Parts: sequence; structure tokens; C-alpha cells
Amino acid sequence: MLRTFRIGGIHPPENKLSAGKKITPLAIPKQVIIPLGQHIGAPAQAVVKKGDLVKVGTLIAKAGGFVSANIHSSVSGKVNKIDNALDASGYKRMAIYIDVDGDEWEEKIDRSETLIKDCTLSPKEIIDKIAEAGIVGLGGATFPTQVKLMPPPGTKAEILIINAVECEPYLTSDHELMLEKSEEILVGVSLLMKAIEVNKAVIGIENNKPDAIKHLSQLVKSYGNIEIMPLKVQYPQGGEKQLIDAVIRRQVKSGALPISEGAVVQNVGTAYAVYEAVQKNKPLIERVVTVTGKAVPAPGNFLVRVGTPISQVIEAAGGIPENTGKIIGGGPMMGKALISPEVPVTKGSSGILLLTKEESVRKPIYDCIRCAKCVSICPMGLNPSLLMNVTEYTEWELAEKNYIVDCIECGSCSYTCPANRPLLDYIRIGKGKVMGIIRARKS
Amino acid sequence: MENNYIVSPSPHIHGGDSISKNMYGVLIALIPAFLVSLWFFGLGALIVTAVSVSACMLFEFLIQRFLFKKDPTLWDGSAILTGVLLAFNLPSNLPVWIILIGTLAAIGIGKMSFGGLGNNIFNPALVGRIFLLISFPAQMTTWPVPEALPMTYLDAETGATVLSILKGGSAELPGYVDMLTGHMGGSLGEVSAIALLIGLVYMLLRKIITWHIPVSILGTVLVFTGIMHLVNPVAYANPLVHLLSGGLLLGAIFMATDYVTSPMSKNGMIVYGIGIGILTTVIRLFGSYPEGVSFAIFIMNGLTPLINSYIKPKHFGGK
Repeated sequence: MLRTFRIGGIHPPENKLSAGKKITPLAIPKQVIIPLGQHIGAPAQAVVKKGDLVKVGTLIAKAGGFVSANIHSSVSGKVNKIDNALDASGYKRMAIYIDVDGDEWEEKIDRSETLIKDCTLSPKEIIDKIAEAGIVGLGGATFPTQVKLMPPPGTKAEILIINAVECEPYLTSDHELMLEKSEEILVGVSLLMKAIEVNKAVIGIENNKPDAIKHLSQLVKSYGNIEIMPLKVQYPQGGEKQLIDAVIRRQVKSGALPISEGAVVQNVGTAYAVYEAVQKNKPLIERVVTVTGKAVPAPGNFLVRVGTPISQVIEAAGGIPENTGKIIGGGPMMGKALISPEVPVTKGSSGILLLTKEESVRKPIYDCIRCAKCVSICPMGLNPSLLMNVTEYTEWELAEKNYIVDCIECGSCSYTCPANRPLLDYIRIGKGKVMGIIRARKS
Repeated sequence: MENNYIVSPSPHIHGGDSISKNMYGVLIALIPAFLVSLWFFGLGALIVTAVSVSACMLFEFLIQRFLFKKDPTLWDGSAILTGVLLAFNLPSNLPVWIILIGTLAAIGIGKMSFGGLGNNIFNPALVGRIFLLISFPAQMTTWPVPEALPMTYLDAETGATVLSILKGGSAELPGYVDMLTGHMGGSLGEVSAIALLIGLVYMLLRKIITWHIPVSILGTVLVFTGIMHLVNPVAYANPLVHLLSGGLLLGAIFMATDYVTSPMSKNGMIVYGIGIGILTTVIRLFGSYPEGVSFAIFIMNGLTPLINSYIKPKHFGGK
């Protein structure tokens, strides 16, 4: 029996339209817009100014705090301006505009395809290189990677879990990366193991990617202590807590970090970025982006420079179809609907999904019939129907008592509700409110 | 900005489940029991069901249109389901005017007075049945004798039921085969255990309901009546007789599992089911009514909000 997490879960249609499509490098755009806040935590601080010349890999913004990340130029050219730009969040925030001129890379970056397995660096040096390269969690959460590799005092990592689940429908960027950059990923995993000083790693892959499981299982034999674990297809298995439960059968307590159960979780794309940063001196300046949707002419996986306008990535897949109703950054369950196709690709952009007008319309809402389906499928063991009600009635105390802050916003409840109730819309509001109340109480 | 893209929070897709899919699913699950009732009670079963369903739909329509002044949600299937469930809880020789009163009580008092589907505390069909049981005890407790496709309605020959025999009747109990197939007296939809169990399997497979409520009710009745039977086999009937007789299966599978009026957490469902099982047995064995399923479910419907507020779903990372 394949493992999966033990509470709730759903199985939406997978729609992996771009599966098996080779990763194609996208042409470099004329101008990139690189936002300073591409990660969770404080925005980075620009270290270039208008008119500066930069190369690919030049540091253009420094981490703005402990939880923050460096940002490097993804192109060579001239800084046009540092100004507000609309990003995936829907807000205008500071970004560095760079006009492209040629494609000149920093000399220290090794651009060859040669696989470098050996690494003589100490754990501290590896982490420093990861921080220097500005790597963040590439699964979509964009948490600065080096922070996760430095467990708080009193805790000790026992196992590294690699998130290669890709449970979001439609997305295939991690899948394709595993097929094409498998050795690099395994070296990256070894580096991460060394960095956190554990001697065991598990790569969790959902069973709908049999080719990746088979391929990695063969290669992994020459790497010590890395296990490939096929998992039953179940959304949201890529949730950190769900994946830990699936792989090591331990449930992280409410409000606690994965490290409390001895686990450090990193995305498979992050492992690849770690390989490139540590072995090839290459900062995080490009990533694999899936462009997909039922009406998209040629869904595919593209290697895209950070800062490229999303419209240009869609162009490579055949352009925006006539009856597009919604453009989503990410997958259909947790992705963000974008205000404009001109927002830039950032470190966290795993995919671009275009829904047709018909697919974009929400259905009419009816009264809750208390069927409890949302309760059955909630992967956190919450009662979404109740949490929506208490939010409607602004009963924040009840909301807190019923663990509203534990919601991982996976959307399974809204997806399942037969009365089409916007459960997660309300829970998000309530969660934000209760988190504010808790913060105020602490300070 | 000149584009017109929709911006809304995630999730951006929906699984396609709907209220009507679930309601019609339950109705499909009721088809076997309906066919059996047509076979054994013939014309009477057809008339009672048709009157009950159409009256429920009519009252639903009138109240939504003229009192609520909303667009009626007639085709979500919930009024049809209430009509069928109410009919299944009635004898097949019940006069039309009594059925009409029952449907008005079910839809008007049981459902709409609380605000409509989703807001009612008690199962509407049950409200209708209990209303009639208290108002018309004589008509509600004389049941036609089963025959093969009878063309009788009000003129049907009547006889005793298993539970009335147990409560002091003189007739002989039907055999197990008759009780399984439904060849016995009773309300029109409750007689055939096999037909009801087919419905249960169908609903479980389609994930319309989970096993928790029916299994905990039936298990509790089995254990409770089993213990009493062991204590005194003369006074208390075999637990299998209790399982197969009266409205227990209909109640446990179709009435107690009503979404709106049953608890939301799995553990809550089990507590609710055990409560129904205990109350049913107590009323059957020690009460003055021969049958207790309706009252048991009714009482536990009332306790459901309490169960919901004390018994929470198993929380991730909790004890």
C-alpha cells in the first residue's frame, strides 16, 4: 500500500497537459522587471542604481533581514529604473527594471553541463553559498532556503524530505525537471543533507509520475542514504505538514515547525537550485515554468529568466487564447489570479494556468446543508463550514478555538462544497484577523 | 488597464458536486424500496407516494415564491426527497387529505419555518410523520396486508405488524425470508430489508453518506436488544427481529443520515447513532408505542447542535 497523509484529502482531475514536454529555454526579453519582494520575509534592498551596468548573476539587491533573500540580475544590460511595478500579488511594489543588452554572464559562473558530484565545503559554507545565491523555496511558498537549513537552537534535524509531489493539477515543472536534471537534483539533495548534517533523505513523489520514480530509483543507488518514496496521489500532499505525515508518519503540532518532528522539507526544484549555486556558482536567476490550460495551443515547460513578463512566456505556448477568463500564477488550487499578463515571472512562479471564460465563473451559492463533506476532506482536521460561519459573525474567539490559524489554504473545502460556498474566502479573512489578534496579544 | 480578466481568490476550480446530485443520489438509492412497495402494496403505494411528492413540491414552491419571495429551488431534489421519505413512512391506505396535512407539516413547519433547506433542526419528513402519528394514531397504525400487486387503496385489507405483535398481538411473526424481502405489514417503504440495504450500498459507493451513522445505529440496537434477549428470551424478541422490523433500516439508512440534521464530525455521528439506537430500543421495549425509530431520530436531531459543539473532528497533530 502506498503511503499518503492520514487526514482528509481530495483527488481533483490531474490535467497534466504539459507532461512529457521537454524544458525549452525561453528567449531573453527586451526588458526584465525584477521585484524586490519575491520571497516570504523582508524585501531585498537594491544595491544598484539607475544607469548601472549589470551582467547575468550580478547581485542587484541584498537580503533585507534574517528572513529575506538576495536577488541577482537575470540578464545583462543597464538598470533602467527602480520603480513600482505590478506583481503577482496584485499590488504595486518596488522592482528593478533592466534593459537587456546581449547575454554576458558573471565570470565565476560555470555554465558547462558537466556534472560535479564532489563537494569539500563545510555545512556552514554550503549554507552561506545558498544564502548568497538567493535561493528560496521553489514550490511556491518562497521561504528563504538558508533559514530553513539553520534549525533554531535546541532542535536537531533527523531527516531531509524532498517535496517532489507536485500535487497541484496541471503543473509539470518539477516532473520535467526530475526527468532532465535527475543527477543534479540528487547531488543537490546530498548537499542539503550535508548542510543540515543528516544521513537520511526521502524524495516523496506521487505515483502519477512513474517515469520519474523509475528514473530516480535507478540513479539513487550510487548515492548513499537517499530513498525514493512513491506516494498515493492525493491533494494537498505537497503541503509541508501533509508530506511529513505521509513520509515519516508524524504530525507536526499546531503552530509548531517541521523541525519539531525532526524534519526539514525542501522542494525538488530547490534541490536543483542548490546544486547550481554550490557546484556551479550560479545564483537563482531562472526557473522552470509550466504554461498550461485547456485552451492553450501548445502547453509546455519553459526555462524562464526571472523578471520576464508572463505574457511573453504565454506567447511561447501559443499566446493567450481568445476566450481566456482568468490567468493564474501557479496551479488551480492555490495559485493567484493575476490582474494583468504583464506581471513578471518571479522565483516562486511554478506555472501559468489559463482558464477559459466558462471555467472562470463561480457557481451560485446556496445555504450550507451541513453535509460535512468539507469536514471529511479537510487535511488539517478542521471544520471549514463552522470556520466560515464564525468569520461571518466575527466570532474571533470561537475561530481561534477551532484552530482557524492552522488552515493551510489548500482550497479543498471550497472545491468540494456541493452548495458552492466560498469557504476558503471567508476562512482566509478570519485567519488573518485571528493572527492579528494573536500578534497583538503577544506584544 | 484594458483587460477583463477575472480576479478571485483560490481555489479556481470546483469539483462539480452539487446539492441536487446528492439529493437525486438518495432518490436513486430509494428506488429498490419503492419497487418492493409497489409490488406488495400496489395502487395504494403509488397513490400515497405520488400525492406526498407532488404536495411537498407544491408547498415548497408556494412558500418560496409567495412568502420568501425568492426563486424556488424546486429542482434541487430536496422537496422530492422529503415527499418520498414521508410517503415511505406512511401506511399505503392513508387517505389523501391526511397525506396533505402531513406534507404541509413536513415542508411548512419542518423545513420552511426554519428558513428552508440547510437551516432546519429536524428532518422534515420525520416532522410530517410524527405530526400525523400524534394527530391520527388510528389511521397511522393500521397497515395493509402485503399481496402481489394489489389494485386496492383505501379498501385494502389490514393486519398486524411485527412490532405490534411483539407489543402483545396474538398473530404469528413472519419468517426471516419474508422480513428480508418485505413480505410483511408496515409503512410502505420500510418493509424490505434487502431493498433498503441495496440503497445503503449504493450511497456508500457514491460517497453520498459514510458508514458511521447507519452502522452505529444498527450496531447499538443489535447489542442492546441482544443483551435483553439473553436476559429474558420470552419477554424480549431476538435482536434480528428488531433489526429487520419496523422502520429501523429505513430510519438508520435514509432518515438519520439526513445531512442537515445530523452531526458533522465522524465521532459526533457515532455518538448520534448510538443515541438513536439506545432510544429506539428503550421505546420499543419499554414504551407504550410499538415503534420508536422516528422519536429516537427526532430527539437526536434536537441534540445535534450540542453534539457538534462538543465533539470536534480529529485535528491534525492533535491528541
